[in-house]
Amino acid sequence: MRRITTPQELEEVRKEIQNGRDPEKPCIAITSGTSARAYGSEKVVKAFRDELKRRRLGKKIDLRVTGGQGFDEREPLVIIHPKEIMYQRVGPNDVEEIITETLLNDRVVDRLLYVHPQTGEKIARKDEVPFYKGQMPIVFGNNALIDPTDIEDYLAIGGYEAFAKVLVAYSPEGVIDIAKRSGLRGRGGGGFPTGVKWESCRNAQGDKHYVICNADEGDPGAYMDRGLLEGNPHSVLEGMMIGAYAIGSDEGYVYVRYEYPLASENVKTAIEQLRECGLLGKDILGTGFDFDIKISRGGGAFVCGESTALMASIEGEAGEPRAKHIHTVESGLWDKPTNLNNVETWANVSFIINKGADWYTTIGTEGSKGTKIFSLVGKVNNTGLVEVPMGMTIREIVFDIGGGIPGGGKLKAVQTGGPSGGCIPASLIDIPVDFDKLAEVGSIMGSGGMIVMDDTTCMVDIAKYFMNFLKDESCGKCTSCREGTRRMYEILDGITQGKGEESDIELLEELSWVMQEASLCALGQTAPNPALSTLRYFRDEYEAHIKDKRCPAGVCKALITYRINADKCTACGMCKKVCPSDAITGEKKVPHRIDPEKCIRCGACVSECKFDAIEVV
Amino acid sequence: MDTRAIDRILKKHNHEHSSIIAMLQDLQELENYLPENSLEYLSEKLSMPLSKIYRIATFYNAFSLTPRGKHLISVCLGTACHVRGAAKVLDRIRMYLGVEVGGMTKDGLFSLETVNCLGACAMGPIVVAGGDYYGQMTPAKVAPTMKNYGKKPPKPAAKPPRRKGKK
Repeated sequence: MRRITTPQELEEVRKEIQNGRDPEKPCIAITSGTSARAYGSEKVVKAFRDELKRRRLGKKIDLRVTGGQGFDEREPLVIIHPKEIMYQRVGPNDVEEIITETLLNDRVVDRLLYVHPQTGEKIARKDEVPFYKGQMPIVFGNNALIDPTDIEDYLAIGGYEAFAKVLVAYSPEGVIDIAKRSGLRGRGGGGFPTGVKWESCRNAQGDKHYVICNADEGDPGAYMDRGLLEGNPHSVLEGMMIGAYAIGSDEGYVYVRYEYPLASENVKTAIEQLRECGLLGKDILGTGFDFDIKISRGGGAFVCGESTALMASIEGEAGEPRAKHIHTVESGLWDKPTNLNNVETWANVSFIINKGADWYTTIGTEGSKGTKIFSLVGKVNNTGLVEVPMGMTIREIVFDIGGGIPGGGKLKAVQTGGPSGGCIPASLIDIPVDFDKLAEVGSIMGSGGMIVMDDTTCMVDIAKYFMNFLKDESCGKCTSCREGTRRMYEILDGITQGKGEESDIELLEELSWVMQEASLCALGQTAPNPALSTLRYFRDEYEAHIKDKRCPAGVCKALITYRINADKCTACGMCKKVCPSDAITGEKKVPHRIDPEKCIRCGACVSECKFDAIEVV
Repeated sequence: MDTRAIDRILKKHNHEHSSIIAMLQDLQELENYLPENSLEYLSEKLSMPLSKIYRIATFYNAFSLTPRGKHLISVCLGTACHVRGAAKVLDRIRMYLGVEVGGMTKDGLFSLETVNCLGACAMGPIVVAGGDYYGQMTPAKVAPTMKNYGKKPPKPAAKPPRRKGKK
């Protein structure tokens, strides 16, 4: 791409790209983010390329490889534009038929359509699939329109228009004013007003200011940031560039989680393209604004999502947090004023500039403006990334968009906010989701993980799971966190082993208080939350484990036994075959039996039995 | 030890101390783990105390100071995989391979590790074996999957070893 040296030239380049494109031209868009690749999307992409080449259709039909489009449950998706026909779970063998039928003969391939689970109706158009229908795709929606490795695609949909606009028409203070009026709050978990943070950083004394994009998305079960970075890295970078102008920074960092190689690669490509065309570097668009962005890859430490630990990691140190008596906006990276925002926060910025703060404030609730991307996962039919306006209820998200609980299960709780968050019981799912309401019920918005749990999820086991995670990830600097997470894990583990005592609950609460009060960073301060929130709403389950030595959900190994229901067993022998400890006996045509002495409760037989004959007692 | 390759890594990062994490990542890519003599070489060339490098290499989970097996088995323990039964899958793999998390099988074929969410939650529980993704894993699917990589089940079937402390 040629160098762009003025704002006018940027518009000319955009016009050229747009004029060279026909919106009515057929285009095959294939999702190929990390989730889709795990399902083999790269083979589908290759099959389409080969087939188009073989039939010499390359000029008539466009091919676009996009990042994830949210509906991970049905990956790889193929969307045929301009009619927006969506095919799901596409394999290389479907390619020929899609081209012949849909692209050449304008017919829909019925067998690849999404089937409505309740009505059995086949749905052809993407936007009519219930998963997409209830969403408000603003920040995440553009993933569908672009190849993340092609800057021209981003420019064609109006990319960097907001950036050029602020350089030409707005003062840095003006940009900060818009950010403040929009009500945008940090999407990484803290929910701090973004404009206020920018202003503090701009006003901080120092010869150099840094901006950082926190892409160290560590909450297990949350991958919104990965979805954005993989699928639309330019939207994140444009936000950083606008923020850097507002703050007065000439250097930025994107700190990417170690486990996200594709996200790193796509951001790297995007940065190289920006440097090549002159949108990053010296004297950008001839306005005198200098700015460049570097990538720093994490080393696989959850605590580095904390701002001061992240900055230490960029400096090449162990990622240990420090006390924030002096905020990072005043003294952060290399002791310079540093403004750190999360991926999704940055991605919101260009939309706010383009459409205005007033528009932004019409979306969402009183205290939480805009949309939020959630990663809807766990025991839910439609796993994926969903973008909804703040204030939508958990019920709408889980049942209308998520399609409810698989296998007719019953919703028990929804966990939000990752290891710092809490479990919201099914009785409270009609609360609107925003920063304040979630805090009121003892959880947090966090970065946007939403893990759905049904009646086969043990809440004590969940508390133990998070505590195990946190004890491993505690950096060890504060005794309260290092020893507290370990002790709480041991107590919770004891309860799930049937060794719990009645005084344990009180001890858990006391330890929680100490950790909240005495830990430096949010990891330690919020570490007790999963235990506290499950104690608050599911105390009866703790008591069942402690007093009755029983796990009501049938999860905790030490407290359960497997038994074969003779009425359901067809004596097919599958369970016997997979049992690693030879605990199952039975002849042909005779219902089988499990020897509880030999059984190691590995669950292999349960997953293999087609007749639901193996029961937990 | 390939000193020329390490020199290239040093040059790529301009010998900058702040790039130590990136250098160790590159070194690990080269050697599959962080061998002691390579770290000593790095320490000398950077004039950086070996203790400092050791601190970084042991702080971050991404680094391994011991060799890894031919096939790396990563079991995702993200919350979504957990509620769908990842712990049982991990138990079964530990028992099948006869190795603890963080360890390598005696034949050098497998290393077993866990990861806190791969972000492919729709497929959960997920096991990545030698770079291939296996979704919707169950304890019963472990044996057929491991056989793809040339591992026969241990005999006689033993009770799973107790899981100890940190991986």
